Amino acid sequence: MSGPNTNFDPVRVAALEPEALEEAVSTALAAAAAAAGLDELKAARSAHQGDRSPLALANREIGALPPSAKAEAGKRVGAARARVAEAFATRQSELEMERDARILVEEAVDVTLPTGRRPLGRRHPIELMATRITDIFVGMGWEIAEGPEIEAEWFNFDALNFDEDHPARQMQDTFYVAAPDEVVAHGQAASSHDGGHHDWPSSGLVLRTHTSPVQARALLERGVPLYVACPGRVFRTDDLDATHMPAFHQVEGLAIDEGLTMAHLKGTLDRLASEIFGEGTTTRLRPAYFPFTEPSAEMDLRCFLCHGTNPDCRACKGMGWIEWGGCGMVNHNVLRACGIDPERYSGFAFGMGIDRALMFRTGVSDMRDMIEGDVRFNAQFGMEI
Amino acid sequence: MRVPIDWLRDYVDVPAGTTAQQVAADLVRVGLEEEAFHGGGVTGPLVVGRVLTLDKEPQKNGKVITWCTVDVGAANGTGEPQGIVCGAHNFEAGDLVPVILPGGVLTTPQGPMVVGARKTYGHVSAGMICSELELGLGEDHDGIIVLTRRFADDPEMLARLEPGADAIPLLGLDRETVEVNVTPDRGYCFSIRGIAREYSHATGASFTDPVVDLAEAAPAATDDGFPVRLEDHAPIQGRAGCSRYVARVVRGIDVSAPTPRWMSQRLVEAGMRPISLPVDVTNYVMLGLGQPLHAFDAATLGDAIVVRRAAPGERITTLDGQDRALHPEDLLITDGGRTPIAIAGVMGGAETEVGAGTADVLVESATFDPVSIARSARRHRLPSEASKRFERGVDPELAPAAAELAVQLLTAYGGGSVDPGVTDVGTPRPIVTVDLDPDYPARFVGVPYSRDDVRRILTEIGCHVEEVATTGGPRMRVTPPSWRPDLRTAPDLVEEVARIDGYDRIPSVVPTPPSGSGLTHGQRARRIVAEVLAGQGLTEVWSPPFVGDTRHRDLGWDPQEARARTVALANPLSEEQPLMRISVLSTMVDALVRNVARGAKDVGLFEVGLVVARDGEQRRAPTEDVGILPSEDTLAAIHAAIPAQPRHLAILLTGDRDRAGWWGGGRRADVTDVIALAASVAEALGVETEVRPADDVMPFHPGRCAALHLADGVLLGHAGELHPKVVASLGLPARTLAAELDLDRLIAASEVTVQARDVITSPVAYSDVALVVDETVTAAAVEASLRSGAGDILESVGLFDVYRGDQVGPGRKSLAYRLAFRAPDRTLTTDEVSGLRDRAVAEAARVVGAVQR
Ligand SMILES: [Zn+2]
Repeated sequence: MSGPNTNFDPVRVAALEPEALEEAVSTALAAAAAAAGLDELKAARSAHQGDRSPLALANREIGALPPSAKAEAGKRVGAARARVAEAFATRQSELEMERDARILVEEAVDVTLPTGRRPLGRRHPIELMATRITDIFVGMGWEIAEGPEIEAEWFNFDALNFDEDHPARQMQDTFYVAAPDEVVAHGQAASSHDGGHHDWPSSGLVLRTHTSPVQARALLERGVPLYVACPGRVFRTDDLDATHMPAFHQVEGLAIDEGLTMAHLKGTLDRLASEIFGEGTTTRLRPAYFPFTEPSAEMDLRCFLCHGTNPDCRACKGMGWIEWGGCGMVNHNVLRACGIDPERYSGFAFGMGIDRALMFRTGVSDMRDMIEGDVRFNAQFGMEI
Repeated sequence: MRVPIDWLRDYVDVPAGTTAQQVAADLVRVGLEEEAFHGGGVTGPLVVGRVLTLDKEPQKNGKVITWCTVDVGAANGTGEPQGIVCGAHNFEAGDLVPVILPGGVLTTPQGPMVVGARKTYGHVSAGMICSELELGLGEDHDGIIVLTRRFADDPEMLARLEPGADAIPLLGLDRETVEVNVTPDRGYCFSIRGIAREYSHATGASFTDPVVDLAEAAPAATDDGFPVRLEDHAPIQGRAGCSRYVARVVRGIDVSAPTPRWMSQRLVEAGMRPISLPVDVTNYVMLGLGQPLHAFDAATLGDAIVVRRAAPGERITTLDGQDRALHPEDLLITDGGRTPIAIAGVMGGAETEVGAGTADVLVESATFDPVSIARSARRHRLPSEASKRFERGVDPELAPAAAELAVQLLTAYGGGSVDPGVTDVGTPRPIVTVDLDPDYPARFVGVPYSRDDVRRILTEIGCHVEEVATTGGPRMRVTPPSWRPDLRTAPDLVEEVARIDGYDRIPSVVPTPPSGSGLTHGQRARRIVAEVLAGQGLTEVWSPPFVGDTRHRDLGWDPQEARARTVALANPLSEEQPLMRISVLSTMVDALVRNVARGAKDVGLFEVGLVVARDGEQRRAPTEDVGILPSEDTLAAIHAAIPAQPRHLAILLTGDRDRAGWWGGGRRADVTDVIALAASVAEALGVETEVRPADDVMPFHPGRCAALHLADGVLLGHAGELHPKVVASLGLPARTLAAELDLDRLIAASEVTVQARDVITSPVAYSDVALVVDETVTAAAVEASLRSGAGDILESVGLFDVYRGDQVGPGRKSLAYRLAFRAPDRTLTTDEVSGLRDRAVAEAARVVGAVQR
């Protein structure tokens, strides 16, 4: 073994000198900072962190050092490489953020462009109104009953105490269903019960003139106690104009129980009025006449627009009150016709216009708009009313 | 009923200065709703003027106008003569006329009209000389009112006719009339007497019943009155057609004597036209007291009046000149039983009419049965003032008093003498008493009325109240007054108590029902259907359900077959549309046509509504008397006669389904869109449906119509393109799409509760196949064969391409499917997937002849 080679002092390899390392690091940091984009950064990284970078070369030199110097040199090189790596990583994420932000800016579109590729449809506001009213009844614990539009005269009139000769039966402007062909052929239908209301033989069927026949149906089908509402389409022989429709919509309410009074009728109407037209909307009862109720009343609504303060009000025409429907205590004859004992049970009934409620609430002024099916009419309303 | 306030004052103490509006407000509280106000619309200056000069000036247009100067005293502020152009020619210089000066207001059918000074025919006309029409006093507009003539027989009035004097009170234009609506239960309110009574109930004002004095003044019946026999051998419902007949005879009357002006004025105000003294008197008594009267020319009568039913084939010529065939139910007034001289209570005959030559008048004051009169009035389409009152019931105690007032007025203004003989025959129906539990009104209304309250109110409205003890406890035995035939039950009396005490005293109490079960499944399902369709862009409409043969023909249906499935209306609004619809589409198309006509191009509509589905012969539905529960058989027959009315859903679609816009062109709606919409409804309700081609269903295109079936095969309805012929005949846009489903069937099917399956989490494997089949093979059939071949592990089948062309040859098509496989318990191997696909393809080859490409 020869003596130490003093000409070659690996302890003093130039590339591993602190100054050299510092130089390499600062050059690398400058290059990282100078990279304007991710591509430049990539090239700089390859130059300063790649296999042929000064630090990589320096690292390789460590192997040549005597063991006593290895540890220290390794530490120095490691620290230098870590600083460079961190600088490149930081710059990498900065440039990525810049790129991402730029892409988002570039991808911006005009969000105010029209969007109606497939516009939403609409329900009919009368149906929405009926739904709203129905839900109020359900909320009060009532149930919803229904009946046919072509109805037996018995349900529409007889069961409701409309005597066949009573003037009230004439007030109804009823659509009568023509008699069966063979009855017409034999000319026999003008039975004694026909009462001469009309010139044609009787079929015993009409288009229901009100939703009240559902009262009798519900009583017969469900018995008592009974709290039902019936929204539905009804018919009168009116030609279509701004204020008349041959078919329109009503909701009927009927409550039969032990101990029901007119005060309960009033309470129910007040509740409905405030739910439909707003808190504090009250009702007024006026004496009236209906064959199926006794006592009977017309129901007026306190004007929910002006509360009776505007002589030019569009809703109440300055009257302060709006006529909304008829009501009363169910006539004993109606209960009897449905097999209910009027000595034990009492109750009340009321009917009101759904179309009218829609008109008051939303200012619809021409009834034709409600029946013609113009999509522009529905489009004014949302899916709730 | 028109109520002149001045007339009302005869019977009830209306405070001075009360306006018609105040009277109406009082009456509405007791149930008499106002309909209109009359009078009080003309405001001054309307003054008496004396015509000074009068020049007739012919005009180029052929008219002759009259240029007048009129002395209006100091009314015009200057005292100078007023220059006025007038079109009338019925007056001369010196006449006194009503003149409205600039600033005055006339009522016209178009509303109030302010009179001004205006240039016309070369003059400045400062005001107007008025006719009856212009002042709302009558129909006459050919001539102006000449006050000197109008008041010729009234020296007191003549003395008040000074130029410049206020003409409004002179002409009664300050008088007001309120018109109220009388409900059918209150016949007595078709009289000033009845309204006065109600006014008294409403306000507490003192009421004087005019009938009390008249009844006292009326002489009792004698044996030598004009013979009247009541011979009703066919009473309706057991009620005699005439229950009382009072006849009085006045002889030697001057029928040409004028009706006193106060009377004709009241008649006009009450809405009736003055005619002649005898007619005016009968009308006046009817309006005042409520008893319809009839005046016969006594000279035309034979020896007796007989009241009987009409014989078959009998005829009468009524006062209006109409020759009428009589019905055996018509109650007649006959001359000695032979010739009909009136349809009782409805209209008199022409032959016995009081006319210019009449000297002797027989006044009929009778009580006729409401039902009999109502039927005759309807049968002959003769709703008269008399029948209106009889139908609602006339006070049976009124007949002698009314006859008395009539003869008093006739002799007072027409002279002559009253026969001492008085006829009063018949048996008035007894008044039925009602036993009322005195606590019942409080219990029924919810207001604590005391027994004293109840007794006081019932007495106030004219009832006789007697306290009786019954096994049920103390009762009030109530005898209603003769004019209240409507008071027949305890609730009738309760209404009176509540009404007079005031409905405003009824408290507001919300009842507590037993808890309800909310909406039914069907009600909820219908909301979902509507919301799902609206959510997909359709607008909900509804259409009146009236159709006719033409529409059915336009839809490609046999009109007779369509009629066999529905019912017709006896009185349709239009003869073109006498039938009830059997399809929602049949009426809903009008809404589409309307939208398109108004400029819409891309329209989607839906309607949910009832249709008729009559199955079998139409039967007559029995009726029943009121207040009676029909027998089970009758109820069953009633139900059986009501035709089935299923609820249908219909859809109409035209134009683009996806709209054109800045993003590019639109996508025209095609048959897949309408099928998808129809199917979406079933899907939303959790119901599986099967689509099958339907090549023979009108109104659809035979090659573009799908039938939707439930899993069990029940038909729900159809969706597709409308037949080109239908499109043409209905004037619809080309290629309009439609669907109609039986919603009831769908909802019934949706009531089954869905049973959930576990969600499989193992991986999915895809395999694509292209199959060539004959053009006639449906996609549904190919898909079904693939599914059946692959079995349960096949999760979904997606058709992603349809190709027709050279590569597959004519009459063939290639369908490209992506099959997705997923096993519940493992990852499928490639071999397993290939095997499954091959089995699917093999089954498709076997069933539909598919060849893999
Ligand atoms: Zn108002």
